[in-house]
Amino acid sequence: MQDNFSDKQAATSGAAGLVQIGGTPSQATGKTYWRSLNELTNRPEFRDWVEREFPSTAAQMLDGASRRNVLKLMAASFGLAGLTACRRPVENILPYSRQSEGFVHGKPLYYATAMAHGGAATGLLVEVNEGRPTKVEGLPEHPYSLGAANVFHQGSLLSLYDPDRLRGVRREGRNARWEEFASFVSQEFHQPRLGSGDRLRILSERVISPSLHAVRDHALAAFPNAKWIEYDAVETLENCSAAQAVFGPGVVPRFHYDKADVIVSLDADFLGLDSPTVLSSKQFARRRRVSSEKDGMNRLYVVESQLSTTGAAADHRLRMRSSEVVELARALAAAVAGLSASGPHAKVAAVIAKDLNAHRGRSLVVAGPRQPAEVHALAYAVNQALGNIGQTVTFVQGPAGGNARPQLEALRALAGEMSRGEVERLVILGGNPVYTAPADLEFAANLKKVRNSIYLGQEYDETAAVSKWAVPEAHYLESWGDATAPDGTVSLQQPAIQPLHGGKTQAELIALIANYKDQRGHDILRNYWTAKLGGEKAWLQALHDGMVPNTAYPAATVSVDTKRFVSGTPSTTGVEVVFVPSAKTWDGRYANNGWLQELPEPITKLTWDNAALLSPATARQLGAAQGDLISIERDGRSLNAPVLVQPGQADNSITIALGYGRAQVGRVGKGAGVNAYKIRTTDAWHCGTGFTVRKTGGSYELVQTQEHQSMEGRPLVREATLEEYRREPNFAREAVEAPPLVSLYGDHDYSRGNQWGMAIDLSACTGCSACIVACQAENNIPIVGKDQVSRGREMLWLRVDRYYSGSEEDPQAVSQPVPCMQCENAPCENVCPVAATAHSPEGLNDMAYNRCVGTRYCSNNCPFKVRRFNFFNWHYGTAEVQKMAFNPDVTVRMRGVMEKCTYCVQRIQEKKIEAKAQGRRDLKDGEIQTACQQTCPSEAILFGNINDPNSRVARVKKQNRNYAMLEELNIRPRTTYLAKLRNPNPELEAQHG
Amino acid sequence: MADLAIRNDPQVRPQLVQGGLSLHDVTEKVSSITEARTPRQWYIALAITGLGTAMLLGCLGWLVWNGIGIWGNNQPVGWAWDITNFVFWIGIGHAGTLISAILFLLRQKWRTSINRFAEAMTLFAVLCAGIYPLFHTGRPWRAAYWLLPVPNTALSVWPNFRSPLIWDVFAVSTYLTVSLLFWYVGLVPDLATLRDRAKSIFRARVFGILCLGWRGSARHWNHYEKAYMILAGLSTPLVLSVHSVVSFDFATSILPGWHTTIFPPYFVAGAIFSGFAMVVTLMVVARWIWGLENLVTMKHFENMNKVMLATGTIVGYAYATEFFIAWYSGNPYERFTFMNRAFGPYAWAYWTMVSCNVLSPQLFWFKKIRTSIPAMFVISIVINIGMWFERFVIIVTSLHRDYLPSSWGYFRPTIFDILTFAGTFFLFLFLFVLFTRFLPMIAVAEVKGMMAHEHMHDEVHAGAGAARVQEAH
Repeated sequence: MQDNFSDKQAATSGAAGLVQIGGTPSQATGKTYWRSLNELTNRPEFRDWVEREFPSTAAQMLDGASRRNVLKLMAASFGLAGLTACRRPVENILPYSRQSEGFVHGKPLYYATAMAHGGAATGLLVEVNEGRPTKVEGLPEHPYSLGAANVFHQGSLLSLYDPDRLRGVRREGRNARWEEFASFVSQEFHQPRLGSGDRLRILSERVISPSLHAVRDHALAAFPNAKWIEYDAVETLENCSAAQAVFGPGVVPRFHYDKADVIVSLDADFLGLDSPTVLSSKQFARRRRVSSEKDGMNRLYVVESQLSTTGAAADHRLRMRSSEVVELARALAAAVAGLSASGPHAKVAAVIAKDLNAHRGRSLVVAGPRQPAEVHALAYAVNQALGNIGQTVTFVQGPAGGNARPQLEALRALAGEMSRGEVERLVILGGNPVYTAPADLEFAANLKKVRNSIYLGQEYDETAAVSKWAVPEAHYLESWGDATAPDGTVSLQQPAIQPLHGGKTQAELIALIANYKDQRGHDILRNYWTAKLGGEKAWLQALHDGMVPNTAYPAATVSVDTKRFVSGTPSTTGVEVVFVPSAKTWDGRYANNGWLQELPEPITKLTWDNAALLSPATARQLGAAQGDLISIERDGRSLNAPVLVQPGQADNSITIALGYGRAQVGRVGKGAGVNAYKIRTTDAWHCGTGFTVRKTGGSYELVQTQEHQSMEGRPLVREATLEEYRREPNFAREAVEAPPLVSLYGDHDYSRGNQWGMAIDLSACTGCSACIVACQAENNIPIVGKDQVSRGREMLWLRVDRYYSGSEEDPQAVSQPVPCMQCENAPCENVCPVAATAHSPEGLNDMAYNRCVGTRYCSNNCPFKVRRFNFFNWHYGTAEVQKMAFNPDVTVRMRGVMEKCTYCVQRIQEKKIEAKAQGRRDLKDGEIQTACQQTCPSEAILFGNINDPNSRVARVKKQNRNYAMLEELNIRPRTTYLAKLRNPNPELEAQHG
Repeated sequence: MADLAIRNDPQVRPQLVQGGLSLHDVTEKVSSITEARTPRQWYIALAITGLGTAMLLGCLGWLVWNGIGIWGNNQPVGWAWDITNFVFWIGIGHAGTLISAILFLLRQKWRTSINRFAEAMTLFAVLCAGIYPLFHTGRPWRAAYWLLPVPNTALSVWPNFRSPLIWDVFAVSTYLTVSLLFWYVGLVPDLATLRDRAKSIFRARVFGILCLGWRGSARHWNHYEKAYMILAGLSTPLVLSVHSVVSFDFATSILPGWHTTIFPPYFVAGAIFSGFAMVVTLMVVARWIWGLENLVTMKHFENMNKVMLATGTIVGYAYATEFFIAWYSGNPYERFTFMNRAFGPYAWAYWTMVSCNVLSPQLFWFKKIRTSIPAMFVISIVINIGMWFERFVIIVTSLHRDYLPSSWGYFRPTIFDILTFAGTFFLFLFLFVLFTRFLPMIAVAEVKGMMAHEHMHDEVHAGAGAARVQEAH
């Protein structure tokens, strides 16, 4: 059946490809393998396994002569044979007749692959333990990853094991067989039935896969009258339609944040959600890290309506309605050109322009994807006037894409055709358009008019429920495929596991429909690339590297006529609503992902919900408090949403995250948030004005992991401007007087061996929270659900604290990751009655889970409150398939046990053992990376041996920005922070003052 | 009344046993309670408290099955009602030993009428208290096994003797053991009396075993008095140590609001305060039910009320000192914690505590209130409410907002917190109901000894013993 399909595919994959789920009974449940005593005892693999695993009993078990043994084995095999009835029989598990290269039992293998997200590919490295992917990391060689990964990459692993995924084909909601679907396709689509494909439409997200391009070209050639429409619900800097409109189809702007001294962001959240890769954070952080008071740093101005992670990182943040940003852009363009500008923003524009002019060729203006074409054109004009083109911003020419028209136009046309009954066959490749399409297109109603609709999706979602056929889509970790990064670099995807539920890739489905020469994902990809690369060897090398060499797009020269894009004065009527992607569920596709649902949103710290973000003034005007329900209405469409009063939000502007309130979703996403797509129409797609808002009277519980937003004047995050830092380089150390104190019980000897320590650079940290999900994946941290989070029982070992300072209207926000501080003089250790938490000779504060009785005294006595208690058995009821996500190197904790950050002690041990096996006495600096450190896009976290004066962490800890939080308690934390610096413009400071 | 006139003259000590009871009358009065036909009310009381105890067992079972998540404890409030109740019950358990041991050593004769009752209260309260540290881990079998230094497979793994929780284990278990012994030794002569009065062979056998063959010989009395004295001597430091050690749980931590050197004396004073309040509450009821007015007199109550007035004032002084030191230390975290107690989200709990503990006992300055049964009954209950809140305030308000504002939280009890706490009250009363029915609730021998002393001033102590011997036969 479906298993056959993927198995054969896998078997041909060769050495660089898939690791088979192996044939030794130690790896999976034995009950599915043993058919008879004969088979069991005769298999050489089994004998081999027994001999290696249990040398002392091997002979006894296999001599077969003893009556006892015969009876024992008979009983066992009868029992196990009975158990096979409990499971669908799996036909073809292959033994390691040819063992994968480099495979050692119990040791993970790493495969290079890539994940497409937000229209851009990021190269990833997947850790595979005994045939199960258990962790994804950034691919160090990939230009858009450089070893880091973001929240979605980290969280995607759990989506693979989502027990609510679509498991098999469904026809009008009923379970069907793949063969049934295949015969339907051959009847319905294959020549001569379909002719030239008159009434065939294919709807997909932006296609960034070259091999899918090839299949598409074949399909469109086979059905010349068919149309292929691309639609993305969320646009990013690299794929936004406004930029495409300005620069021309296929032209991609590339921003080099590391080369810019002054950056102006016009509503561009390039450190957050508007940049789907981690590169921008890396580049930006490079210019925020200073090693001494002599270094310089860049300056960031952000203009935006809602406080984003970029706004939180800004040196100056100008709060204004999203629809007003165009006015500031005009004023700025005028000021840079030396013209006298008028209007409310003239003054501030003049100051920024002066700063930009002082950094010609080393400055950068970025327009956000939610801004109209005019803002992009103006940003381009300013960059050109400043000589930034070719320096801090370059352009590359990519393929023009499937749509001749902007995506929204194309989708509107498709909806029109559907409503008129002009579409007979519609193939939808992912994207869940019934949920994400603009509300005025009535996509669900129109889809019902299509006689034969096929939906390829990972979940049985809103679109699947309305489509005639729902076909399970393979997760990227199950797929053969490829994807391009914004600069054109092609990454290859190779499966790390067989499709768990018989999923198909997009290319496979289109290949089936269009009768492409290759039908299986592996063949499509391999034949495409061997032809391109000219040989098997180059293909295997590319597969191994995860990237195809020399695929970056050529540079493009761009000229823009800014006058073409002039729009009118922004409307100021009513309330503005801005639709942003969710930092957790994106456009809704991760709504059933527990890690991401429970992740505190980087700024609001909201979990499990979205909310209408209102400025304090707007909330007061409405008489609405946090959690009150409001109704947002326009043109007869309305949405009831809970209010979250958000400092720094523009007045009269509501920001609401997409991706919640899913109607047809699995168990995790059910009931999470409200569906903002209900009021997102084609004329108010990113941002719309003229909404009316009223309080409806009800209320709704919003759960934030951090309820107190102020530092209460405590020196927790220490912050200064660059100028202050230069004046007082030791400000961070001198913020608190911490005289040397003695410990009652004497000190440990920390002078020898490895002494682990960590330093976190608060200047580099943006609060993106990728570290949290990485920690969760690495350490088998359970999720607890909204109700338990509301009781303060979330289990995250690493949290990111966010504090506001300044006024309620225009606050500054800082983020501070807080893992366990691994205090040398740990207050948790003294109080544990059973010595379950104790110090290791390497300075780690270790937890012995088996010893813990659960008094919670350690947590009470922890001044950082980083310890987490298993109030219930959080793992109870974990689906079998989800158990595959567990990291085998880390214990799954029982209820009643305290747990906390270990500095990823399993990774430390692994590398120590490796070094020992290689006969090395010392570990190289950087050889051990904690999970949070490895994934951090801005390289804010450093970990290493502080006993080695040459290690990076030891050197960083010597910097004068280094301080220990609460050091005055004489607890001597091993995790220290580098104080946060900002670089505000003194002129603007004076104005504000 | 003549009675009042005597008491108003400070030169004359009022008699501790009134109504002109003879020695025999005392024996008759106390013993008959255990010998008479079981009144129907007793069964009703037993049923109600028994059901409540069953509810407690149900709650604990549910806790063990699910984990302590069924309570409201959270992060950052790792301890809440569980440890509040533990300290509360331990505090209640303080009065018994204090009355028995310290007042015995100080030769406060008035203690004899109430010491048996107070000691029983101590035992039952300590049992109730012991439930919490054991069950608040969610897996009591592990706590029980590993908190004690029992040999295990890895013999090198010992409890952490630096942890105040381990000190607690020893302090509380020692206290329980010594209190039990003390109570039991005190019971022996009275058990013998019950044996001698027994009408059924079964009753005679049971009390015969329990009284360890007491015959009331001079030698017995000699040993008994010595043992009693030694146990009193042993118990005396325990009265101070138990609550001091309990206070170390907090005082040795680094949490603002816990890390305070005043805690040991402050906790001991608070414990005596709440213990006496509980004795008064229970004694008022028992005296009324069984008509013990002549044995437990206004003099006893007045004395206890005076102790409450004194310890309540000490407690009030401690509250003030804490605030002063928080300000004087200049430690911003400490200052914040105390401001937060008085004016933060738990201000209602703080002011409940202050009004119950500091203000209400001040009414005992007035003799009229001090000697009014209804007034003291109400005030004693108010004091115990206040003392519960004191522990709640110390534990929860310090935890809910400590160093890092990002981790601040709020604690709300769940229905299981409430039912479990109510359940321990039922258990406490259940044990009391059993106690009053089966054992003499007043130390007959001691009361008579005191009477002998009062009534026959010229008799030597041994003579008093002889009198008791006669009576016992």
